[in-house]
Amino acid sequence: MSILLDKESKVVVQGITGREGAFHTKQMIAYGTSVVAGVTPGKGGLDFERVPVFNTVDMAVREKGADVSCIFVPPPFAADAIMEAASAGIRLIACITEGIPVLDMVKVMAFLKGLDVVLIGPNCPGIISPGKAKVGIMPGSIHREGSIGVLSRSGTLTYEVVDQLTKSGLGQSTCIGIGGDPIVGSSFIDLLMKFKDDPQTKGVVLIGEIGGTAEEEAAEYIKADFPKPVIAFIAGQSAPPGRRMGHAGAIISGGQGKAQDKIDALKKAGITVQLNLGTIGKTAVGVMG
Amino acid sequence: MKLHEYQAKDVFRKYGIPVPNGQIIASSDQTSRAIQTIQGPPWVIKAQIHAGGRGKAGGVKLAHNPYEAVTAVESMLGKKIVTRQTGADGVTVNQVLLEEGLDIERELYLSMVVDRAGRIPSMIFSQAGGMDIEEVAARTPQRIFKERVDPASGWMPYNGRNLVYRLDPLPSPNALKGLLSVMDGLCRLFSALDCSLVEINPLIVTRDGRVVALDAKMTIDDNALFRQREMLELDDPREKDPLEQMAEKYNLNYIRLGGNIGAMVNGAGLAMATMDVIKMAGAEPANFLDVGGGANEEMITKGFEIILKDRRVKAILINIFGGILRCDVLSRGVVAAAAKTSIRVPLIVRLEGTNVDEGREILRKSDLKFLVAKDLSEAAELVARQVS
Repeated sequence: MSILLDKESKVVVQGITGREGAFHTKQMIAYGTSVVAGVTPGKGGLDFERVPVFNTVDMAVREKGADVSCIFVPPPFAADAIMEAASAGIRLIACITEGIPVLDMVKVMAFLKGLDVVLIGPNCPGIISPGKAKVGIMPGSIHREGSIGVLSRSGTLTYEVVDQLTKSGLGQSTCIGIGGDPIVGSSFIDLLMKFKDDPQTKGVVLIGEIGGTAEEEAAEYIKADFPKPVIAFIAGQSAPPGRRMGHAGAIISGGQGKAQDKIDALKKAGITVQLNLGTIGKTAVGVMG
Repeated sequence: MKLHEYQAKDVFRKYGIPVPNGQIIASSDQTSRAIQTIQGPPWVIKAQIHAGGRGKAGGVKLAHNPYEAVTAVESMLGKKIVTRQTGADGVTVNQVLLEEGLDIERELYLSMVVDRAGRIPSMIFSQAGGMDIEEVAARTPQRIFKERVDPASGWMPYNGRNLVYRLDPLPSPNALKGLLSVMDGLCRLFSALDCSLVEINPLIVTRDGRVVALDAKMTIDDNALFRQREMLELDDPREKDPLEQMAEKYNLNYIRLGGNIGAMVNGAGLAMATMDVIKMAGAEPANFLDVGGGANEEMITKGFEIILKDRRVKAILINIFGGILRCDVLSRGVVAAAAKTSIRVPLIVRLEGTNVDEGREILRKSDLKFLVAKDLSEAAELVARQVS
């Protein structure tokens, strides 16, 4: 088992003919992901890497049975693409696009309410269940199948952690970048609840950063209701307030979102907080190996 | 993107939110005209800078006669002002706003933000106007009232009533009407202009029962600027660090900090974590630089040039975890930058991920002098040793 994504997942890539979409479609196929369709409005009927391209997600679902979508659509059109996927019956959407206006995401979240769909991202590397499938842009080679779940608000920081885990002999069940925007589809808690029920996952590494209160909320949930060991890392301990540190959501504002507050909340919940990124792999072996 | 107070107040006017009459002054010879045009004395003279905390730093002055007005303008215009948000260097005041002084009966607080946890815009209202709202929220949270805006319906009259009828004592019927209208206007402009924050502190009730926005803070969502061209034109580059401006031009995420270790990293999270590691090793980062997941050779070159331009930098750490950005691309960019500028400080390189061997080979074959770190911990220690 793993969560959300496995060998049976049938993936449609929205924006398959764009530069990023094309490159990563090849990578996903090379990893063994079953990419059954692509969507680019106006290019329906074409083939890309032997993947049929459709004009709409609806057609991709009806003709190819796609149930997972990976979105590479540019920011002005991404909210529309998410809603299109959800309305077509896609059950898992990974939106890689960075730069979606936050008020567009407000609309998207209202739209998704009540629908049976999980949105990962936006502004994220996607999701990978090592050895089974990857939907997103992470380098597949650094992952190894195993029993650690990884949740993160960042991309390359996640690769760093996963690389250390793998080199320390700890494989991963599923790794998910939840996204660096102020509003993301799935919170740490939404996904922890899935890891809780996944027998393959023995423990979780949670990678947070400054901005918002997602880590504090996760800490409360873990303390109350998450029985597996968790290690946390928070990026941005040296970040100044009021500055946006690359990610749209990584900003200390109104006295909220400080790294120290998050670290304190996590520690108070009994979670191992790793302060030095350089040795997180070793710590993971100690706690979960 | 932040707006100046006077720019935000121009926007307020368009959305029916009353603001004091005022005039912008960019050179001191415009003062006499301003005091002839604007009713007074008293007048209020306010430095137009993006940083908060100007009131306590001499950036807001009351003038009771024309002489005081001229003196107040001259004390600010062209001068540096240091507030708790500017850093020790301060910022230069390029413009001041001269406004009519109003007779204040009551000071309130009103703002609108996107509530991240609720994933919805929300309006925040408080009786504790004119104070540091963060402090009010921390000490007396019961004095802060919130109302979430349903994205389907938008701001409804009941939302406003839920807020204003919590005031104690209740203001006059006229003032109540004024408050409801300001809230409605605020919500409309917030969504129409893709704001991430609009704050009116204080929102005042005058002795004659008018509701007026005495101050205005407004931030536009950077991600929405592609469809907010009119707002984009209000951008004031003078408020930004020159190196940050240069970085912006090349689509690099660069923030100048106080230390002396320059850092170049791919990805925002890893860049933050690298700063943290530098600090933990006993040194101070000079900057945050995220060259992005999809950086090309030119962006790397420019990023490296920006770091080299910062005179305080005593050592440079390059930390790349190659994913989409391949290590060979990174190496070529660094070598190209080094060919243009002489590197006068030690360079520590830590490469990992896609095409790492090719990347290392390119660096080795160049005549660049650098130290290789095998992992992140070693990289930070090496860097710290260079400056200790």
